[in-house]
Amino acid sequence: MKTLSVSCTGYNGGLPVFIHLEEIVETIKMVTNENLDIRTVTMGISLRDCSNPDIDILNENIYNKITTYARDLVKTTDEVENLYGIPIINKRISVTPIAVVAESCDVPDLTSVAMTLDRAAEDVGIDFIGGFSALVQKGMTPGDMRLIQSIPKSLSSTKKVCSSVNVATTKAGINMDAVALMGRIVKETAEMTRDQGGIGCAKLVVFANAPDDNPFMAGAFHGIGEPECTINVGVSGPGVVNSAVRALEDPSLGDISECIKKTAFKITRMGEVIGKEVAKRLDANFGVLDLSLAPTPAIGDSVASILEAMGLESCGTHGTTAALALLNDAVKKGGAMASSSVGGLSGAFIPVSEDEGMIRAVRRGSLSLDKLEAMTSVCSVGLDMIAVPGDTPASTISAIIADEMAIGMVNKKTTAVRIIPAPGKVVGDTLEFGGLLGTAPVMAVNGFSSEKFIGRGGRIPAPIHALTN
Amino acid sequence: MVPSRFIITVIGADKVGIVAGVTRVMADFSANIVDISQTIMEDLFTMIMLAEVKEDNFDLAAFQKTMSEKGHELGVEVRVQHEDTFRFMHRI
Repeated sequence: MKTLSVSCTGYNGGLPVFIHLEEIVETIKMVTNENLDIRTVTMGISLRDCSNPDIDILNENIYNKITTYARDLVKTTDEVENLYGIPIINKRISVTPIAVVAESCDVPDLTSVAMTLDRAAEDVGIDFIGGFSALVQKGMTPGDMRLIQSIPKSLSSTKKVCSSVNVATTKAGINMDAVALMGRIVKETAEMTRDQGGIGCAKLVVFANAPDDNPFMAGAFHGIGEPECTINVGVSGPGVVNSAVRALEDPSLGDISECIKKTAFKITRMGEVIGKEVAKRLDANFGVLDLSLAPTPAIGDSVASILEAMGLESCGTHGTTAALALLNDAVKKGGAMASSSVGGLSGAFIPVSEDEGMIRAVRRGSLSLDKLEAMTSVCSVGLDMIAVPGDTPASTISAIIADEMAIGMVNKKTTAVRIIPAPGKVVGDTLEFGGLLGTAPVMAVNGFSSEKFIGRGGRIPAPIHALTN
Repeated sequence: MVPSRFIITVIGADKVGIVAGVTRVMADFSANIVDISQTIMEDLFTMIMLAEVKEDNFDLAAFQKTMSEKGHELGVEVRVQHEDTFRFMHRI
């Protein structure tokens, strides 16, 4: 086999390492044919020192801090992209949850803070900014309440701001008052962005066990325990895994797992080298590498397609949960071997509108909301980018959220709901968002009421296995 | 300056003048060829070079742009990537 000798100073005692030509071509094919990309380089910035009772001063502090720290983010990321020849799709920023930063402001509406974030994001040239967030798993402060009440208006008057609310953890249980409130907030957000198909809801996530260092939107925020400034990298590559699995000849499930692990390893290594280089050039901490298979609407760049490559006729049929469990586990194992900084969500995402295979599966009737919920118990995140009829009651949205939060709480994992009650649409209609957000077929919800259950409020206590101390 | 090494890949239909055209640009940018290999992969001419640059004022972006334009002129895809891309992906 032909090889090129590639220098390796500092590795292998300085002996040259031989890279096979096939390996070089493999890397290039991953990028050109299989959509390998670094989905996002996300800079986490602490805004804790921006607090001020005067909201105008607070906004000024926030704007100045973000535009100072992230001034060179886009330029540097572009340079590193060129150096390694691996596309970096998005540049993003996550900030300290605004409910914390704006707690001392005595104003009822925090939309001006969202608009400040949007303006800062626009001025430094990034794609999204996350952190219009509140952590309310055990209860709400007045500041949390003000933030949540400001979400619909904030998301309808900004373009790049993403919002998230953590309503449950394994340690604290589920705050059902917050769950009930979020059902209404989701509905209101959809209504306020009605002319764009309810797109505000695509920028709003309700979490259980939200990670502090997730680089992916819409759920990214810069956690309270994080340093001043970090670089977190989100790597993606469902297309690469899909091609690798499809290239196997009559594999056993063990072979498939092994193949996914090796592929995930390679993808993760790429993310690590890029993340470290960006962090070094920006003089920031390198935080985590989040290896998540995040699909795009491009043909083949699909998690559903990987599951079908394992032998399922259509994603969502019986066996899908098992196949997804195998995929998710193999991705984590390959990633953990490749980098000691793996964090965030790291697993397979199953957003319906962003995955061409999932869309197809919903349209042909093989994938339902119920099956998606089951799938979320074995993969990262949860019910993601799902459109439901516009007349779905707020209590039903809350109940869907509650189910998902229960899965996260009991299984000690992150789960999330990003759901769009599509204004004026019914089952069978389609929502077109375009770009990475894709196309969402409107899915049926259970028509029986959950209103009384949701109306009870209070808290679902933490499970017995939360008592680990 | 610590020398930087880049993997240059040229992929496309074979024709006269590809090597000459590409290496001309490399010479203009003082990029030295450390190793070179060519093969046919999936019916496509594939030339892979390891190049080393020692100049302090080497302009990677301009080099990539010129190489890519030259490739376009020759009807092939030319990529210039830091060697770490491949080293990190395939070796521990």
